[in-house]
Amino acid sequence: MAVLSCENLCLAYENKIAVSDLSFSLEAGEYLCIVGENGSGKSTLIKALLGLKAPKSGKVSLSDGVKHTEIGYLPQQTPAQKDFPASVWEVVLSGCLSAKGLISFYTRKDRQRAMENLEKLGIANLKNACYRELSGGQQQRVLLARALCAAKKMLLLDEPVTGLDPIATADFYALIRDLNKKDGVTIIMVSHDLHAAIENADKILQLRCKPLYYGPAKHYAESEAGKKLLGGDGNACHH
Amino acid sequence: MPAIIEAMFAYPFLTRALIVGILISLCAALLGVSLVLKRYSMIGDGLSHVGFGALAAAAAMNAAPLYVAIPVVVIAAFLLLRISESGKIKGDSAIALISASALAIGVMIVSLSSGMNTDIYNYMFGSILSMSSGDVTLSVVLSIVVMILFAVFYNRIFAVTFDETFARATGTKAGIYNMLIALLTALTIVLGMRMMGAMLISSLIIFPALTSMRVCKRFRSVIICSAVVSAVCFFAGISSSYALSTPAGASVVVANLVAFLIFAAVGAIRDAMQLRLDKG
Ligand SMILES: Nc1ncnc2c1ncn2[C@@H]1O[C@H](COP(=O)(O)OP(=O)(O)O)[C@@H](O)[C@H]1O
Ligand SMILES: [Mg+2]
Repeated sequence: MAVLSCENLCLAYENKIAVSDLSFSLEAGEYLCIVGENGSGKSTLIKALLGLKAPKSGKVSLSDGVKHTEIGYLPQQTPAQKDFPASVWEVVLSGCLSAKGLISFYTRKDRQRAMENLEKLGIANLKNACYRELSGGQQQRVLLARALCAAKKMLLLDEPVTGLDPIATADFYALIRDLNKKDGVTIIMVSHDLHAAIENADKILQLRCKPLYYGPAKHYAESEAGKKLLGGDGNACHH
Repeated sequence: MPAIIEAMFAYPFLTRALIVGILISLCAALLGVSLVLKRYSMIGDGLSHVGFGALAAAAAMNAAPLYVAIPVVVIAAFLLLRISESGKIKGDSAIALISASALAIGVMIVSLSSGMNTDIYNYMFGSILSMSSGDVTLSVVLSIVVMILFAVFYNRIFAVTFDETFARATGTKAGIYNMLIALLTALTIVLGMRMMGAMLISSLIIFPALTSMRVCKRFRSVIICSAVVSAVCFFAGISSSYALSTPAGASVVVANLVAFLIFAAVGAIRDAMQLRLDKG
């Protein structure tokens, strides 16, 4: 059964079209990578899938099986929170909030979940650190841990490995694969790492405003669009 | 000092002012942290000027001041939020617009009706004598409600303040919590305005948050520290107002300023020492 589907989706900012004519559907438990050059509409699509951006035309539908409160999200950039006083623990724990009702106190289970995710990302030692004093890569891991706390059924990641060192990147891909294979979490990841995408994902969607490729990851390298992007040429979308 | 405090509690009106004032200071400090971090701190200033307009209108109509001011300021709070969320006019400009207009309308009403009298002076700069016992009851009840709501929704308020996009994406109705904060702020401002004055009440919202952010590094400790600083400064301000016969509102603001300077110095010294340790 499809958990997520787009029909003739068109997304725009004022009068600038960012994504157009996109139709696809994703089955529960699938792993999708969205690729494409800068400015090709990837982040915009992620926002539409999350309901943060209303479509200009067409529609996005989330199936009955998944609610917004069961989705984890890692934004590409978190709006400047440079002087925000918050500990790593406070930030990560806030990922557990989505599943709660109106009255939202953390339970022991939430704390456990948050602690597990800190450990998975190798930042348990930073638990009491001040978020704003961390390096970019450390902050990224904290936000990933928060996203994992929120992701019960689906996880959307916008360029998650930005700022991670090579070891952390490899660990992170393994972590996501586990989450996908063992826990059956549906993964949607925006990435520039095509080789990792082909290796890990079930499906690949390449965008340049319009979809250039949508299909199984294993056939991507032979496709027309894939050859070009792997070859490394091409410009961002022009309208 | 204890003699002064003892003497203060001998006056029922001063005791009333202290109780109400400390409760309102606590509310203002809690909300202030969120407002300052969301870059909405000017909302307090805007709403207090709207409150002044409403009080002037109430005085002209001979109506009970709080019963006019509360609904007017609450509506203004929603409007301000709507305008700044729609993004048509930048938040701070919208606030400046509404705040100056309300102040001007208030002044017009005053000059057309009674003229500048002590009541109006008190609205602008505050008076601890202005509270009737009905006002005291209303203020105590409302400020306790504000604190309970804040405690119940604390985790959500953190999430929406820290990262509204993530909160929205994962199914939190961020708009409702923004409205809740605006509503609670409106109530706090109207209640505190009579005592602190329309010109000075917004400092009660901004100062404690900024003060505690000099030193504290976690959201929870900022909240707790703000509440404590705010209550202590209010008490210190009223005591010195009594001892030196200075206006209450201004004395409280000066106490807050002193606290801010002390915390800023402590924060700077601590950072310098940290740097030394890291180097050595
Ligand atoms: N907030 C915005 N306002 C106007 N245009 C935007 C905004 N965000 C993105 N765009 C435009 O939409 C297009 C797609 O952007 P985006 O989805 O961020 O690309 P990607 O994530 O693939 O790099 C770009 O051309 C960009 O200029
Ligand atoms: Mg992007």
